[in-house]
Amino acid sequence: MPTREIAGTTVDVNEEGYFTNPDQWTEAMGAVLAQEEEIGELSDGHWKILNFLRQDYKEKGVMPTIRRVKNAGGIPTKDLYDLFPGGPLKKSSKIAGLPKPASCI
Amino acid sequence: MKRILILGAGSAGTMMANHLVKKLDLSQWKITVVDQHKTHYYQPGFLFIPFGTYSKEDVCKPKADFIPKKVEYVQQGIDVVKAEEKVVYLEGGQQLDYDILIIATGSKIVPDEIEGLTGEGWMKDAFDFYTIEGAVALAERLKTFEGGKLVVHLCEMPIKCPVAPLEFTLLADAYLRNRGIRDKTELIYISPLSEAFTKHNCAVVLGGMLTDKNIHFEPDYAVERVDGVAKKIISFDEREIEYDLLVSIPTNMGDSVIERSGLGDDLNFIPTHKHTLQSKAHENIFVIGDATDLPSSKAGSVAHFQADVLTENIQLYIDGKPLKEDFDGHANCFIESGNGKAFLIDFNYDLEPVEGTFPLPGLGPFSLLKETRINHWGKMAFRWIYWNLLMKARPMPGITTKMTPVGKRLPKKEKEELCLQEKLPEQP
Repeated sequence: MPTREIAGTTVDVNEEGYFTNPDQWTEAMGAVLAQEEEIGELSDGHWKILNFLRQDYKEKGVMPTIRRVKNAGGIPTKDLYDLFPGGPLKKSSKIAGLPKPASCI
Repeated sequence: MKRILILGAGSAGTMMANHLVKKLDLSQWKITVVDQHKTHYYQPGFLFIPFGTYSKEDVCKPKADFIPKKVEYVQQGIDVVKAEEKVVYLEGGQQLDYDILIIATGSKIVPDEIEGLTGEGWMKDAFDFYTIEGAVALAERLKTFEGGKLVVHLCEMPIKCPVAPLEFTLLADAYLRNRGIRDKTELIYISPLSEAFTKHNCAVVLGGMLTDKNIHFEPDYAVERVDGVAKKIISFDEREIEYDLLVSIPTNMGDSVIERSGLGDDLNFIPTHKHTLQSKAHENIFVIGDATDLPSSKAGSVAHFQADVLTENIQLYIDGKPLKEDFDGHANCFIESGNGKAFLIDFNYDLEPVEGTFPLPGLGPFSLLKETRINHWGKMAFRWIYWNLLMKARPMPGITTKMTPVGKRLPKKEKEELCLQEKLPEQP
């Protein structure tokens, strides 16, 4: 399994750079990954989304969908697109140290 | 007397009633089916209605004709399932208790999930073809269409019959050519996916067809709203696309009874074991067809293969034996491509569509992942098969429940493994 170093710590990732063990993630790593994904400095709005994703994943064991982020997280979908342009759920999941969201059938 | 209760008399529920009536000891088990609707629609036929190939009469039969006489058929709306009490409340207050529940309540389009879609212009410039009303209204509108921007828009996945939007687009291209107005029409296909289809092998072939036929493909498009006054759709990343005629495939969701009963996910689909079809939350509840949350296609062929597995598992459950993990996600879909030709694809959870012949190795008569006339005749003959074999749970010669590697051009290693698993002789 591939590993990589983020913010001075080695973590397990998959071929596309998504965390395979979300417990290895820290907020400092989130900040580094946000730069890599060209999101830049993380604002409160970004953190609200990242925290919801992490909390929901921890509780449910599956990645939330955009609909769930809206319904259960109370985050308007437009915010998700404005804050993480170019693949909102894919980018936010990667920055939050979570697995890649499941693609559809 | 114990009761097995089936909710829904669409494709999946009807097939289960017909299977179980042949397999269960009817002196011990009463089979009851509940469905509020009178008409059984041949849903694969909706695709052909907008182009005048089929009329409404071609796709309708009474549901009651397909429910066996020894099965109790209750024509009533379902209010709520109380899973802990093992009872279903019907609209009007009637209660049906059960020992085993089979949920086959399907999925349906929910156009109100898209802001503005059902506002100004709905059923005038903007239509669906996933309902009989939408398909018939769109047929009328297409007759008077004289060119302009025709936009086919898939809102979000998963949807029932994932190939239908593409088929519609390819059939529209052929229809417009036949009417001599293709050069006056800009044909646009919009999808939330990055490719033309969910399965990569198939997306490459079908994506190539879009290019060849001068159909513009707009990928990764997440719709924010429809502006029916200005006649344009707007995405969350602010791509605006104008239309003269919008054909929308709205969000698909499970039935609202699933939400009322607290049995579903965000889209009212029921968490289901992907190989046994037992519900994850209740061991005496089983789920089949479009109502599940499984990562298989929502299609009649899938429900057909599931029905074989579920019939056996219901018998095993009654006998207190372990369930078989036999459902492999098998789907088999004809894809109409216009001008009397079609593709056929056959795949499961793990294996993508590949080239080959079906159902007989080397002989076919159908060709996999290739455009042929015989495939088209297969699709047209399927309506007879649906009513006369499928719904009555009669055997389909040569068609296996699990996807077979036989006749498929698979990578050698995968084919060897599959043949070994299925105890099949290796085929050339």
